[in-house]
Amino acid sequence: MKILVCVTSVPDTTTKIAFTDNNTKLNKAGVTFITGPYDDYALARAVELKEKLGASVTVLNVGGADAEPVIRKCLAIGADDAIRVNAEPTDAYFVAEQIAAIAKETNYDLILMGRESIDYNGGQVHGIVGEMLGMPSISPVMLLDINGDTASITREIEGGKESLEAKLPLVLGCQEPIAEWKIPNMRGIMTARTKPLRIVEPVSTQTLTAVGSYELPAPRGAVKMIKAEDAEMLIQLLRTEAKVI
Amino acid sequence: MSVLIFAELDEGKLKKSSQEAIFYGAKVAGMLGTSATAIVLGAADDSELALAGRFGAAKVLHATDTKLNEPNGMAYATVVAAAAQQEGTKVIVLAKSSLADAMTARLAGKLKAGLAANVIELPDLSTGFRVKSSIYTGKAFAYNDLKADIKILAIKKNTIVTEETEASATIENFTPTLNDADFVVNVKSTEKATGDILLPEADLVVSAGRGLKGPENWGIVEDLANALHAATACSKPVSDLDWRPHHEHVGQTGIKVSPNLYIAAGISGAIQHLAGVNSSKVIVVINKDPDAPFFKSADYGIVGDVFDVLPRLTKAAQAL
Repeated sequence: MKILVCVTSVPDTTTKIAFTDNNTKLNKAGVTFITGPYDDYALARAVELKEKLGASVTVLNVGGADAEPVIRKCLAIGADDAIRVNAEPTDAYFVAEQIAAIAKETNYDLILMGRESIDYNGGQVHGIVGEMLGMPSISPVMLLDINGDTASITREIEGGKESLEAKLPLVLGCQEPIAEWKIPNMRGIMTARTKPLRIVEPVSTQTLTAVGSYELPAPRGAVKMIKAEDAEMLIQLLRTEAKVI
Repeated sequence: MSVLIFAELDEGKLKKSSQEAIFYGAKVAGMLGTSATAIVLGAADDSELALAGRFGAAKVLHATDTKLNEPNGMAYATVVAAAAQQEGTKVIVLAKSSLADAMTARLAGKLKAGLAANVIELPDLSTGFRVKSSIYTGKAFAYNDLKADIKILAIKKNTIVTEETEASATIENFTPTLNDADFVVNVKSTEKATGDILLPEADLVVSAGRGLKGPENWGIVEDLANALHAATACSKPVSDLDWRPHHEHVGQTGIKVSPNLYIAAGISGAIQHLAGVNSSKVIVVINKDPDAPFFKSADYGIVGDVFDVLPRLTKAAQAL
């Protein structure tokens, strides 16, 4: 079985977001980049399936050279090889087009990725890839098991979940608790240095969307504290002052 | 040329977020000098279809094939694409949701559309087609220029204030050709809380964390939620410990909510939790620790014991 895991390199979840160049670029100074948390779940499940069923796991990132530490970490966690499409990921369609182009070279049984990236939160790439490749796409996937050519999947829906079955190949957007995040061990880190990382140039595509500028939200006003013995006052304030109940 | 709105049903009822999408789509149609058409898929009463008109749709396309009664992102995308073609649509509007995400992505792939997700304002047409969206899980905004011929706007929930009128829509049956390849995923079983307020749709949310000490204490959270007609939610540790189901977990890796009121009891306010709730209009924090970081992001705060404060709030809310 061949598994492709698509990963994003994104600012750490604790990052205080700031912009530069007249609010047209993310200020990367002091920002730690990590594997997208949802992508990390997808990778962890892929490595588990590899250990259980003997699959090969390829990691794919669409990004600049500064994404390579994230790619090496994925190799240290247990992926066998990696591909970096040398381009800034400008929008979901562009990224999907790059993934689809790579996927057409090799018949992957599973294309896994996070349910969404934590920078743009669009949650669209898996579906667009599925459409481009003529494969079913399912998201957000909470549990995944493979029996022969069939996947058993639990997907979260609003207010609950559903159990699904589908034949491979599939494109899946993943989230917890599909697997526990894996931390690379020393041996993994050493072998990751020599695992193959192929760099390919992007397929050209027309610009469908572009970000003109960014903006930070206005700060929330000061907190109004209410003494615990006057707790009932809160309900009055929510009705008369905040007018939300 | 009409603006097309994908109007989502939940158990046969037009979702509140879809009412917002119709209202938004009708405004965009007005700006573009055209009309709004809503498309509804699956079984729905005439009253629900009429409701689409009251939020601004001039026409409702109703796709009634029984195969569409089960939500299916792939099949829905095929139907909406056919409707877009019939209507000559250049702008498609919908409310972001789990089902809408699955539908939108396939649709964007089919139509090679320019897509903006988590849109929070009407477009600015003065320099092309620019929309403001929420990014970095609510920590920032982007102004997106949509350059593609066909544009898809996925609206963030509870950011559009709607108005209902007495207007009525013409209702047409819509019977596109379905594609068998869209029905290859076999749904074995569905578990869904019924009768409850869906968390992503809720106007008011009462959420609790490890400060509640155990799942057996959730009654006081549910009591306050019932008194306020709110949905219940929880923090990540609570869902990891299996005290509550994952679909109630709000935060960076859970559900993102943007209600009018978010009450957090016994949640310290890690930045990953804030990411899921920072779009809430009013935030109330109740915690016995005066140094809990959540107070810095709150509008109202009470330093106190949740086991004392929550029941008193419930009583006060019941007395309203």
